[in-house]
Amino acid sequence: MTEADISALWVTLRLALTATGILLLLGTPLAWWLSRSQGRLKTLVEALVAIPLVLPPTVLGFYLLIALAPDGVIGGTWLALGGQQLAFSFSGLVIGSVLYSMPFVVQPIQNAFSQLDNRALEAAGTLRASPLNRFFSLALPLSKRGLVTAATLGFAHTVGEFGVVLMIGGNIPGETQVLSIAIYDHVESLQYAQAHLLSAGLLLFSFITLYLVYSLTRRSSKRRQPS
Amino acid sequence: MSGGVHFHFTLQRPGFALDAEGCLPASGVSALFGVSGCGKTTVLRSIAGLEPAISGHLVVNGESWFDSTLGINIAAHRRGVGYVFQETALFPHLNVNDNLLYGWRRTPGKERRSQPAYIINMLGLEPLLQRDTGDLSGGERQRVAIGRALLNSPRLLLMDEPMAALDRSRKREILPYLERLHAEAEIPIIYVTHDLEELVSVADHLSLMEAGRLTQSGPIQEMMINTGLSIAMEENAGALISAVVQAHDEKFNLTQLEFPGGRLIISRIDKSIGAPVRLRIHAKDVSLAADHPGLTSILNVLPATVVALTPQGDSRVIVSLEVGGVTLLARITRKSESTLQLKPGRQLFAQIKSVALHT
Repeated sequence: MTEADISALWVTLRLALTATGILLLLGTPLAWWLSRSQGRLKTLVEALVAIPLVLPPTVLGFYLLIALAPDGVIGGTWLALGGQQLAFSFSGLVIGSVLYSMPFVVQPIQNAFSQLDNRALEAAGTLRASPLNRFFSLALPLSKRGLVTAATLGFAHTVGEFGVVLMIGGNIPGETQVLSIAIYDHVESLQYAQAHLLSAGLLLFSFITLYLVYSLTRRSSKRRQPS
Repeated sequence: MSGGVHFHFTLQRPGFALDAEGCLPASGVSALFGVSGCGKTTVLRSIAGLEPAISGHLVVNGESWFDSTLGINIAAHRRGVGYVFQETALFPHLNVNDNLLYGWRRTPGKERRSQPAYIINMLGLEPLLQRDTGDLSGGERQRVAIGRALLNSPRLLLMDEPMAALDRSRKREILPYLERLHAEAEIPIIYVTHDLEELVSVADHLSLMEAGRLTQSGPIQEMMINTGLSIAMEENAGALISAVVQAHDEKFNLTQLEFPGGRLIISRIDKSIGAPVRLRIHAKDVSLAADHPGLTSILNVLPATVVALTPQGDSRVIVSLEVGGVTLLARITRKSESTLQLKPGRQLFAQIKSVALHT
């Protein structure tokens, strides 16, 4: 691997870890709210969260580019507040990745929360646990597998993203150049051996990740006890 | 009027209307009895604060817990009740010990009234403490659920058909614990059931529910002999009486009991002399004779006076009898009624074929 490749790998890992951390912090309360509420607002939010599943990444990237630009809604405000430029920066990539991977994190957690036994939550309520206390002492530990699945999928999906990064991150080595873009570069300049190395690495990584997630969900459904 | 549980709950749902008003005593076991879907569980959940859509009011021992017109609604986790769910609702990620202590750990020290060691011993839970809740039998799960509720130091214990999901032998395994709880608990217990056997085993006070309303309430012994109520018409209807153990007959392996109406002889029971027992004399086990039958294989023959006659269906009659100040019920055929020329005031003899014991 060239030095540029190693640096791309490092940027990719840093990006995926940061995005996954933020996604868990934002996605868990959002998933809890979605799993506990009904009505039009919930449907609206659900649809918004799911948009990246169907939208071409370039569309998301295009609008993010406009919003994050120094004269854009987000980018401008951020600069006015004393922040660095967001477009073509690592921070911009993190914002894009969080939005782009949101459904992959929110949906497994929301599923896990929806399957919680309501009686157990009510029982905890009668046993002097406040709503917040119930969330931490019951909802989170009982949804452990959903949370692990969400984190894994969010991480893997961020590692694999291309379109959004290309639009808002550009291709700055060490700052915004991630693996998927490095592969694209290698192919463009006909360095097939290097492209092979990175591609095979990502392929293997994706397969192992999915295999782990599926064996985890299989074990959890087997372990579910009849009441 | 400050003690006890006073409530009036209303709720409208498609196909179901609740308008339940009641007043339950401050001590002992009060049963809410009725068929499935009559709203008894909704009343219990409303008392615990688990029904957000309910209207009305609730006062427990003089404290207002809920009043929809005044906007009072104490949150479920601040009510300090113990709730035993029919489905047990144990926490699957915690072992038995951590389930038991879930509420106890969240109870401020000065409010703790029961000690884990005492409850664990009372419910026979020592061997289960380190077990996973998934490995427990139905009866064991229910015992853990009861222990968990009691260790919450509740001011009120609410039990929602705790035995409905258990088979007969599991019920028999749980009942002694409930009876012990009944004898030892100093807090009011509200017990929801649709099973007459459970009812007579544990309840002191009975409220009947029908189609979302409380139709009748009273001490269970009075309610059981009230022939105006549907429970007196059930196949297993009968008087519930209190008696004390007077003597044991070792030769024939019998026990002699004393109640205000006289003496009863039953198969030997393992109770010391002077111990109180609760008996049920099923209406179907009482037959009537105009004269003392003299030599008979039936051990219990008591002089009785007819108080009232209530027809049941086309062919049978429930006879209310007074036996030394205690009312018993007898179910006989209309033909026997006619042969014996029964009418209120008639004196005769009641032969009791068997007695069901509920400690």
